Amino acid sequence: MPMSVRVYVPGDAGATSVGADEVARAIAEQGARRGLALELVRNGSRGAYWLEPLVEVATPGGRIAYGPVSASDVPGLYAADFLSGGKHPLSLGPADRITWFAGQQRLTFERVGIVDPASVADYVKYGGYQGLRRALSMAPAAIVQAITTSGLRGRGGAAFPTGIKWKTVLDQSSAQKYVTCNADEGDSGTFSDRMLMEGDPLALIEGMTIAGVAVGATQGYIYLRAEYPHAQRALGTAIAAAYQARYLGPDVAGSGKRFDLEVRLGAGAYICGEETSMLESLEGKRGEVRVRPPLPAIKGLFGQPTIVNNVVTLSTVPWILTHGAEAYASFGTGKSRGTLPIQLAGNIRRGGLVERAFGLSLRELLYDYGGGSASGRPIRAVQIGGPLGAYVPPSQFDTVVDYEALSGIGALLGHGGIVVFDDTVDMARMARYAMEFCAIESCGKCTPCRIGSTRGVEVIDRILAGTDGERNVRLLEELCETMVQGSLCGLGGMAPFPVQSALKHFREDFRART
Amino acid sequence: MYAIDYEDFGTPEPADATGSVSVEIDGRTVTVPDGTSIMRAAALAGVRVPKLCATDTLKAFGSCRLCLCEIEGRKGYPASCTTAVAAGMKIRTESPQLTQLRRSVMELYLSDYPIERRPTDAEAKTELLTMARTLGVTSSPYANGTRHQGAPKDESNPYFTFDPNLCIVCSRCVRACDETQGTLALTIQGRGFASKVAASQDQPFLESECVSCGACVEACPTAALTEKSLVALGPTERSVKTTCAYCGVGCGFEAEVRGEGADVEVVRMVPDRAAGANHGHSCVKGRFAWGYATHPDRQLKPMIRKTIRDDWREVSWAEAINYAASEFKRIQAKYGRDSIGGITSSRCTNEETFLVQKLVRAAFGNNNVDTCARVCHSPTGYGLKNTLGESAGTQAFDSVMKADLIMVIGANPTDGHPVFASQIKRRLRQGAKLIIADPRQIGLVRSPHIQADEHLQLKPGTNVALMNALAHVVVTEGLSKEAYVAERCEVDSYQKWKAFVAEPRNSPEASESITGVPAERVRRAARLYASAPNAAIYYGLGVTEHSQGTTTVMSIANLAMATGNLGREGVGVSPLRGQNNVQGSCDMGSFPHEFTGYRHVSDPVVRKSFEDMWGVRLQSEPGLRIPNMFEAALDGTFKGMYVQGEDFVQSDPNTHHVSAAMEALECCVVQDLFLNETAKYAHVFLPGSSFLEKDGTFTNAERRTSLVRKILEPLAGYADWQITCLLSEALGYPMRYQHASEILEEIARLTPTFAGMSFEKIERLGSIQWPCNDEHPEGTPTMHVGQFVRGKGKFWATEYVPTSEKVTSRFPLILTTGRILTQYNVGAQTRRTGNVVWHAEDVLEIHPHDAEVRGISDGDWVGLTSRAGDTVLRARVSGKIAPGVVYTTFHFPETNANVVTTENSDWATNCPEYKVTAVEVVLVNQKDAWQKRAREERALPRQEHKRRDRAPA
Repeated sequence: MPMSVRVYVPGDAGATSVGADEVARAIAEQGARRGLALELVRNGSRGAYWLEPLVEVATPGGRIAYGPVSASDVPGLYAADFLSGGKHPLSLGPADRITWFAGQQRLTFERVGIVDPASVADYVKYGGYQGLRRALSMAPAAIVQAITTSGLRGRGGAAFPTGIKWKTVLDQSSAQKYVTCNADEGDSGTFSDRMLMEGDPLALIEGMTIAGVAVGATQGYIYLRAEYPHAQRALGTAIAAAYQARYLGPDVAGSGKRFDLEVRLGAGAYICGEETSMLESLEGKRGEVRVRPPLPAIKGLFGQPTIVNNVVTLSTVPWILTHGAEAYASFGTGKSRGTLPIQLAGNIRRGGLVERAFGLSLRELLYDYGGGSASGRPIRAVQIGGPLGAYVPPSQFDTVVDYEALSGIGALLGHGGIVVFDDTVDMARMARYAMEFCAIESCGKCTPCRIGSTRGVEVIDRILAGTDGERNVRLLEELCETMVQGSLCGLGGMAPFPVQSALKHFREDFRART
Repeated sequence: MYAIDYEDFGTPEPADATGSVSVEIDGRTVTVPDGTSIMRAAALAGVRVPKLCATDTLKAFGSCRLCLCEIEGRKGYPASCTTAVAAGMKIRTESPQLTQLRRSVMELYLSDYPIERRPTDAEAKTELLTMARTLGVTSSPYANGTRHQGAPKDESNPYFTFDPNLCIVCSRCVRACDETQGTLALTIQGRGFASKVAASQDQPFLESECVSCGACVEACPTAALTEKSLVALGPTERSVKTTCAYCGVGCGFEAEVRGEGADVEVVRMVPDRAAGANHGHSCVKGRFAWGYATHPDRQLKPMIRKTIRDDWREVSWAEAINYAASEFKRIQAKYGRDSIGGITSSRCTNEETFLVQKLVRAAFGNNNVDTCARVCHSPTGYGLKNTLGESAGTQAFDSVMKADLIMVIGANPTDGHPVFASQIKRRLRQGAKLIIADPRQIGLVRSPHIQADEHLQLKPGTNVALMNALAHVVVTEGLSKEAYVAERCEVDSYQKWKAFVAEPRNSPEASESITGVPAERVRRAARLYASAPNAAIYYGLGVTEHSQGTTTVMSIANLAMATGNLGREGVGVSPLRGQNNVQGSCDMGSFPHEFTGYRHVSDPVVRKSFEDMWGVRLQSEPGLRIPNMFEAALDGTFKGMYVQGEDFVQSDPNTHHVSAAMEALECCVVQDLFLNETAKYAHVFLPGSSFLEKDGTFTNAERRTSLVRKILEPLAGYADWQITCLLSEALGYPMRYQHASEILEEIARLTPTFAGMSFEKIERLGSIQWPCNDEHPEGTPTMHVGQFVRGKGKFWATEYVPTSEKVTSRFPLILTTGRILTQYNVGAQTRRTGNVVWHAEDVLEIHPHDAEVRGISDGDWVGLTSRAGDTVLRARVSGKIAPGVVYTTFHFPETNANVVTTENSDWATNCPEYKVTAVEVVLVNQKDAWQKRAREERALPRQEHKRRDRAPA
């Protein structure tokens, strides 16, 4: 009786959207029919989305990859004895030697696409929970210091030093503190949070547990957007497994310390990705921005000191504790330390997740990793950092990816999403989309955003219709200034960035259409 | 929006400032408490920063973005309302950039506002259009955009309209509903440009959870929310400070009026932000339900008739007064000096009340004076006097903001004392604990952001058993404050009380079968109360209107003394007084045994002081109480009565009994606004004056005496105090006052607790809480500081004695009665206002189980029967009431719940046992015989007056 073979078919939402479930079903059914013993693991995606569904088979010589596989390819794979790593036109060889992965520096994503996301044992086997063990042996202040030393900054977009935030929470004396994870990943072209939660949810759970231990919080909440049902299932399964294995609950890893964790679903509001709105929503209220101060670290959820961090930020914490703050800080450039999971999307040949230390250029990303546009036409613009990010023209593609360099050209790194457009793009319409997005997602609290975004769409429409073009361009510029300077939060304050950058770099597009 | 020139500092004073900081704003240096917003600091320095969403009654919100400023060394333009000052800050509130930003924001506002049409006068005065003019913005460059225009106005509320076309979504109304009122009925629905103000689930205001307090209307910086009276009558011209004539909260108001002399019209009532009782808040009654004052039902001519079966005849004042006086003289000549008496009113002013008891004691020559407090808080007076030493509540309302635990016993503040309820809710939202002892699930038990920690849902009539059980836990679990008691109380009485309550029969476990409250819940409540740093008790008629009303009041005082919860802010024993001047009417010597200031008529020194002042000999024996008057009338020894502003035929228990007594009178003089139920038994009707028509003072539940001011000339010609003077003169006893202030001067001279009071001083200080004398020249917010008024606090062993009113197979349910928010007592006022849209009839609340076994469905007509009488009303099937208990209100003469209540009363004070009547409820299909008779009588045509009701219907 041969040992059962492990076959990996991603359960990742991106992979299933291109047929991974059907592939998994076909492999299981046909294997059973052939009387073959195989263990099907629904892993996360490694992030090479043009290769999904990417099927891997564990062989004595390592994990052999095939992709992109469709259900109709499965008989052929069996015929080629893929369970033993047999040759097939879709064969990609050992997964970890695929060039696209080989050049990456996967720290936060070290296990994503590799482990069984539902298994604590698998997680531990791949180095999981070492960070927590280390943390439990340290004084809270020492944990916080390690995070500070690592140079980790908030990966949600604000890039605030994580250690400083944690220290603020640690310094509060309060009977109850909270750790909250902002998993309301709503930026266009971003998916790193989702990949992590689907592919290595225990890393997030461990990161939050460490945060709880570090600042003395006993309750964590993951605020997950409702549009992520796969992530919800993956987190639910992983949290249950962590409780089962006593990594969560009243006695975390035998330390006597309590940490409980729950997932709370959002209700479809982009603004709830803004941390104070998220806290309002977590409290069961209307998702509206709170005025700061007080900072959430001082008065956050239910008025108590609260850590609010993004999924990637928290999921990076276990690596830092495991490998040391200095090891993490040895990656990166300038004030941007460590690595960033960059997401390539839009009109790009090889879209997906690239985790690299800060410091590579946009050009490397777009051409070396991305392979240029999917359409084969010249790239005319990229939008970085979501729907509120600036449009960057090719003349600035040598800018390196770090917080300061991008802000130097009036752009924002944000959550690390890059959306690519070729030369058929109409930048005035893209500008209009930015305003429209803001109009749809504005919470409605402050006037510049609530009324301004709608007026912005209307003014651009008038420009496109050729009505009083010059006067309306001036009015649009003035409106953008009012929104930037006058809005209560980043939504209204940043929505003009794509408009202003489009006006700056692609002004020729702001003309009447026939 | 206010007619009066009110300076709005933009944000509230910081709550917990510990020091002060100096900042420079536009070159001016100002020193303010830390935590002050830049906006407020600027206002204090005389710099008015533009704003729309900010107002100093609400927390800063930061949404309008007009108040942006520049801070030296900081990037950007922070909002001055949400940014606190920091030491050394240099702030600019004006610069070309700021002007540009503000104008741009205003252009956005006006792009969704009907600027194309000429604003009405009221609109032009709103903050929005005033601010637009200030910024020089009169149009918007964003022409032809999407707008919210054309939405229908919500006219459903009888008093105000909501016009969404004028709304700028600043959330001030929503925040006022949340922060000020605490009902949370309003919300912003939708998001972004589609955001709009919605009541409850986007319902018309009338159908929503809105309680029509009007805080939203007042907060609105546009004309989106506007009083209908303002629209109908036009902008106000000036305002006059006065005091509300409804409940015992005693809210201060600015009556905003227009016109002069006889043409003065009240346009609206705006709660006074400087008023100590309400700090600018109000309820649906005080703010809106004042239209009764000019209602066509007002009887404005004196009338007389020989017998109560004759028709009324309108006569001159002189004829009416002389007739009344001659009848009283005739009756006294025939039946003796003690055969007549008088009733003072808790609705009238202190001065008027004082004169009625003076009339009785000095002109009638007896002590047959009583007041409606007999039927509400007389046990409070007796109970607190004998334990603490003073017949009044111990605290100011504001004290509740320092309470860590609030215990509400037998009161329903959200309906009965809504403005104080809002203050309680504010404190609860800050984290204070809450215990409620009430047979019903009153509004405070559970409402948005409020949840009682313990609801002790006791059976009606078992208060004393419950209080003893709470005390048992305190004593036996070592939770009493022995040092406090040793220092401040009679130790002997304490030891006796302690031994008494410690007896096993008073334990929660033993009491459980009596009260129906699980023992563990009682224990938890007792621990919560006794362990709170500051625990405050508030109680209402659910405590007093029982055969053991006085005992319960004493048991409350015992508990507070034993736990050290008296004599400072945040604690205390506070009766929630039902009527605007029920405290005052008691203070003013309305009881047959007491002169002003609760001093017994048998006290020779006190009596002599009155005899010297009044120039007559006074009786040393107490006179008749109201129930004794009825008994004496039925016995034929009591024949004449002067009733000022009270309708006891509707309000007193066992109506049939009261009616029989009234029919036996030979001369009843009723002085009232309306021909009320009591007037049916009157021989002389003297038209009274509303609170808008006279000067005087009211004293509220926290002993706060405030001025009532004459805004309109008395519609019938005289203020009530003047009518009493006329009657006295006609009886041959001179009463000559030029102004109500002279009466207060006399009160001050005769009454130690009022010694320092005068109109002039009250005017200067806004209001004064008695005692006001040389020791406390500006009044006394908190009583019993340092030591009790009595000297040492006295404990009383409070034995529980079950009421004789017991459920039987014939009357298996217990009826308890109360009030609701929109109606007031006998309804004489509120039934003649728009408030009837909320509560057009009294209904009987009955538990689903009791309803089901009787085949009763929601809305059915049911007969309510007790051994005293029966009535018919509609059923409301409700889980808010416990099985075995039914509940109704007594606002409508058509149902008159008091036909059913009995003559049982408090052992010490005769306060009726309204709260416990054994009844049966049956399904019926027609009204009761007496109700049909009453209905026919009411259908008779009423004469109309030329002065119409000018408030919105």
